[in-house]
Amino acid sequence: MRSERAIANGGAAYRAASALTAGRNVVRRLLRRPVGWIAGSIVTAYVLVAVLAPLLAPYAPGATDLAARLTPPSAHHWFGTDALGRDTFSRTLFGARVSLLVGFLTVTITSLFGTLLGAFAGFVRGPFDNVTARLTELLQAFPYLIFAIAMMAFLGPGFWNLIWALSLKGWVEFYRLARGEALAQSATEYVEAARALGQRRGRTLLRELLPNIVPSIMVLGTLRVGYFMVLEASLSFLGVGIPPSIPAWGSMVAEGRNVLFIAWWVSTIPGIALLVLVLAINLLGERLQEVLDPHRRVSS
Amino acid sequence: MRLLKILQRLLAALPVALGVAVLAFLFLRFLPGDPVEIMLGDTQVSKQQIAELRHQLNLDQPIGAQLVHFFGQLSHGQLGTSIVKNEAVASLIGNALPATIELTFATVLVALLIALPVGVLSAIYQGTWLDRAVLSGALLGISMPSFWFGLLLILLFAVEAHLLPTSGRISSTLLVDKRTGFMLIDTLLAGDLRAFGDAVRHLVLPALTLGVVFAAVLARVVRSSMIEALHRQYVTTARAKGVREAAVIVKHALRNALIPAVTVAGLQVGELLGGNMIVETIFAWPGVGRLVVNSIFARDYVVVQGAVMLYAITYVGVNLLVDVIYTFLNPRIVL
Repeated sequence: MRSERAIANGGAAYRAASALTAGRNVVRRLLRRPVGWIAGSIVTAYVLVAVLAPLLAPYAPGATDLAARLTPPSAHHWFGTDALGRDTFSRTLFGARVSLLVGFLTVTITSLFGTLLGAFAGFVRGPFDNVTARLTELLQAFPYLIFAIAMMAFLGPGFWNLIWALSLKGWVEFYRLARGEALAQSATEYVEAARALGQRRGRTLLRELLPNIVPSIMVLGTLRVGYFMVLEASLSFLGVGIPPSIPAWGSMVAEGRNVLFIAWWVSTIPGIALLVLVLAINLLGERLQEVLDPHRRVSS
Repeated sequence: MRLLKILQRLLAALPVALGVAVLAFLFLRFLPGDPVEIMLGDTQVSKQQIAELRHQLNLDQPIGAQLVHFFGQLSHGQLGTSIVKNEAVASLIGNALPATIELTFATVLVALLIALPVGVLSAIYQGTWLDRAVLSGALLGISMPSFWFGLLLILLFAVEAHLLPTSGRISSTLLVDKRTGFMLIDTLLAGDLRAFGDAVRHLVLPALTLGVVFAAVLARVVRSSMIEALHRQYVTTARAKGVREAAVIVKHALRNALIPAVTVAGLQVGELLGGNMIVETIFAWPGVGRLVVNSIFARDYVVVQGAVMLYAITYVGVNLLVDVIYTFLNPRIVL
């Protein structure tokens, strides 16, 4: 009995160590190609800018200067100013905070919830699987944007309200992927072997099945970060996302919409910031897919 | 036999549509805030008027009875009456639908015109600079926030160059009799070619905004399924038989490669028919999407509920249609 436990503990240490090595390997291979490290550097730069925004920004993001309204890009205001004379460069730097936080937080929440629920449903099957699978089918037929706009219209703009509104439906994709993989993996030999060895089902799920689902979840998760960022920006653009007091790229684009004819920079610059970040994240996601699953390289 | 299978699938799709109806109903009722109070906003009204309105909307009844009433209406093809506009929701949506359908068709046309040739060429020249350029362009399109892209197009084509109109479906100076609700058809029926040209010009920017992004998704699908098809044995066989390369590509490879493309296109059409809220808002396109956005802001939840129903039904319907088209493209697939 004791020796068995010792093996189990040794197993846990071994698992942790090998997971670490595997993780390091993935990162190394991810960065091997230029696409990988360029995209990686861009995302890192955005994160740094978001963290250091108060130090980097020449002006306070909310500081208005009515004398300098809608000034074009210049040495004083690199990206010009908006209709209230606020510095577009500073606001764009601060805007990175909202996008990154919303993107990564929402993905963390939805991927954890969706994956666990989906893997469990695919593993145990039966009524639990049936009920949750039907529920996700319904949610899929419910348009995301209407769902999110309606929720935000009732909850009112706000950071956590937004995370809520995005997460309530966002877990469905993770659920479906994890469930599909769990169903497929359940039929493989290693799960069979675990069962034959008398391993408890919960343990099989956590120790054998989940680790094998993680790679595809990571790929989906990376791609979803960009998706949620665009969704947040779209909601903020419509005026139901982040409250106007916090600089966010979506609402900045909306503010510039009314002055598009006389001040192109107010709308275009935050949009470029968003596009570049989303593009870099999507590139990383595709590169990750190549690294983790070379067989799928052809499919999109 | 095939018809029977299709009917079976239709019956199986029914519970999903009903489920969405219930979900839409519950979702809008369980959101925080009393709809009547939110609706009335700051207007001063007596308690009695509030009670009357609540009664009118059946909000004074228990939730179960409300649901029964809702389904009773649905079974008669009624979606209720708009609270704000005091008009039947079915007619509000019916009036907005042609604009959305028109935009959807234009979008799909733009997307296909770009995605098919680009995807096929990219597959044929796999691994070359052309292929890489296509893939990069596609990823750029996929990452593109449509609300921003729309504004960019307005800036380029309307503000700087004064080439194209930026809002609505037709210039306000032109009067066209409304017959079908489809602006392109109505202008032709009226025999007014100038108005037809004007309507087409109004359609260009919104259709480009949606179509380019859609084309990016579609081009990737066409490319990957085309690559797969080109490596199949029947393609080798066709080549060995001496079939001309162009015929091999179009008749043998592309036909099979179209199946995944049809799926993606179909699902996208379903989404578009529900109304594209962002693009319709930007271009003041009087379709279902703009109706929904305006209704949400006006707290007119009866309209939102109706639009969600419409969306769910098209979603389910399009899924079914995609499955049916499958069987025509590949007779071996059994529903």
